[in-house]
Amino acid sequence: MYVAVKGGEKAIKNAHTLFAAKRRGNENVPGLRLDQITEQLSFAVDRVMGEGSLYDPELAAMAIRQAQGDLIEAIFLIRAYRTTLPRFGYAEPIETGKMAIERRISATFKDLPGGQVLGPTFDYSHRLINFDFDPEAAPESPPSSDEDIDLNAEVPRVSDILGKSGMIEPDHQFDEGHETGDLTRTPIDFPTDRDVRLQNLARGDEGFLLALGYSTQRGYARSHPFAGEIRFGEVELEFFAEELGFAVPIGTMEVTECQMINQFKGSAKAPPAFTRGYGLVFGQAERKAMSMALVDRSLRWKELGEEFSAPAQDQEFVLSHSDNIQATGFVEHLKLPHYVDFQAELDLIRTMRKEFDAQQNKDGDDDAPKMEAAQ
Amino acid sequence: MSLDQLTNEAPAYNFAYLDEQTKRMIRRAILKGIAVPGYQVPFAAREMPMPYGWGTGGVQVTASVLGESDILKVIDQGADDTTNAVSIRNFFAKTANVELTTHTSEATVIQTRHRIPEEELQEHQTLVYQVPIPEPLRFLEPRETETRKMHALSEYGLIHVKLYEDIATHGHIATTYAYPVMVEGRYVMDPSPTPKFDNPKMHKSKALQLFGAGREKRIYALPPHTDVVSLDFEDHPFTIQEWPDTQCAMCGAEGVYFDEVILDDAGNNMFVCSDSDYCETRQSEGHLGPLNADYKERMQ
Repeated sequence: MYVAVKGGEKAIKNAHTLFAAKRRGNENVPGLRLDQITEQLSFAVDRVMGEGSLYDPELAAMAIRQAQGDLIEAIFLIRAYRTTLPRFGYAEPIETGKMAIERRISATFKDLPGGQVLGPTFDYSHRLINFDFDPEAAPESPPSSDEDIDLNAEVPRVSDILGKSGMIEPDHQFDEGHETGDLTRTPIDFPTDRDVRLQNLARGDEGFLLALGYSTQRGYARSHPFAGEIRFGEVELEFFAEELGFAVPIGTMEVTECQMINQFKGSAKAPPAFTRGYGLVFGQAERKAMSMALVDRSLRWKELGEEFSAPAQDQEFVLSHSDNIQATGFVEHLKLPHYVDFQAELDLIRTMRKEFDAQQNKDGDDDAPKMEAAQ
Repeated sequence: MSLDQLTNEAPAYNFAYLDEQTKRMIRRAILKGIAVPGYQVPFAAREMPMPYGWGTGGVQVTASVLGESDILKVIDQGADDTTNAVSIRNFFAKTANVELTTHTSEATVIQTRHRIPEEELQEHQTLVYQVPIPEPLRFLEPRETETRKMHALSEYGLIHVKLYEDIATHGHIATTYAYPVMVEGRYVMDPSPTPKFDNPKMHKSKALQLFGAGREKRIYALPPHTDVVSLDFEDHPFTIQEWPDTQCAMCGAEGVYFDEVILDDAGNNMFVCSDSDYCETRQSEGHLGPLNADYKERMQ
């Protein structure tokens, strides 16, 4: 007899219960503690903070645990929480030139003021699974610097050093009176300015940006990039308090900044000079920051008078599809029932099949050459 | 609110989840949509605790128009008990604590996905549609900058050409759902992926119809008694789906939108009303279809 999809309510409840059991797994294995995630899975935490656009390591860890390690799901949890938070105002722009450097490298200069600081990184490690890995073992204590690099000293940005000689375009300037956009408060209106584009990229999906950035290296909107500088460390965050009349520090956060330097032979609109692509991401996320910088640069084709030829240059294509929460929602909504529309299509296909078969039978009566001509 | 309250009060969500500021912003967009029927109003859609594509636009619109005295009905595919309808209804039960119903006639606000109830809606009712792709020209022109220009200039040749090509290729228009409509002779509008069967119900509807697309950040509206005309040609007039000689196996209804239910792997099937409330109401009034358990009893 007819049972259809009745009892959706009960099914949902049971699904949630089942899922909670799956989340816990074998109860003989100790449950994950938040500090284990924040301390030992920092890259996951950083990614969730970045794409969730909310800087809170503990909350990100909670989301990762609740999402059973599905980072996009964790990002979704963070976003849905973030949207409910009251907004007190906008922080002052952070000064990455005053960053307490943990890592800072430049691929364009062998040595430079402030020095190259390799810092903690996967780079130059051999990707061999360590079968003898002991998670409880205390690591060797990190060596202290044998050179006299003062990590607390202000380290000028490579782009500023180059800027002094006029070899690179100056920092992006907006017209007087330009109000910085906020894509969480105003829907994107195409074509959009660089401020909103960068916001979109900063919270965009790492994989999507990586693929797009990669495509620019393979000839789709070739932009001749050099990693001018990648720096990672802690910056101070300030908030302008109306009551006090000056900015007060409200905390610190870790960010990765990437300044991509791109060759530019000049166009009708701009003289030959190095140009910039910019990436800034919460936490240590170099792959993301670099990809973001590559895509930022390729999206600037119009302003620099370059030729348009590739997906990575296409604002609407890039910005409309970078958000993994939008993307995963819409892709996965195909799991929802569509039987009303499917019924309509079934009806249509049946009609068209009938017409097709009738046509075939009719053609079958005629001789073969005529059939070929008809096709 | 004092600092004391801010710090001591247990955190709780506002009525219908969204904060009042957000609701005001959405209501402004709705009002603009009502003032310009069929025009897609951009709005700063919020991230909701359900995924994009699962009704976030409809949920935000419903949350913004819902008052404490409202009676809410939520349907998906015409039915109240499909999983996503249940989930959205639970969401409002939890966050707004309004009265819920499955009866079309009792509801003041009905949120729907893919269907318009069979029963005619009345003046005091609001129908809220969940919309995945609000742009009727999207599959002809993917760029927003272009489609907005086309709407501004009422440049709808492209969509007529598409319908014409259907006729040239198939002998009839091959669009069965999300069938484009012309609103008040001005804007071409996507009716959301409802089957074209439901298009005539939009025309001069007594109820207010609101459309919310969360991911695409657009709201549009049809005020009551608005002209909504499905696009067609004089010699190829618009037609709706028909199921000749078919009646609902449960309630015996004819001329409604049917779900096809596969009964076995030998090709046997039956048809039942897609609108579950309509079907149940008819059954309770004594209308029975041939496969209804009570039907056989009555025959004996």
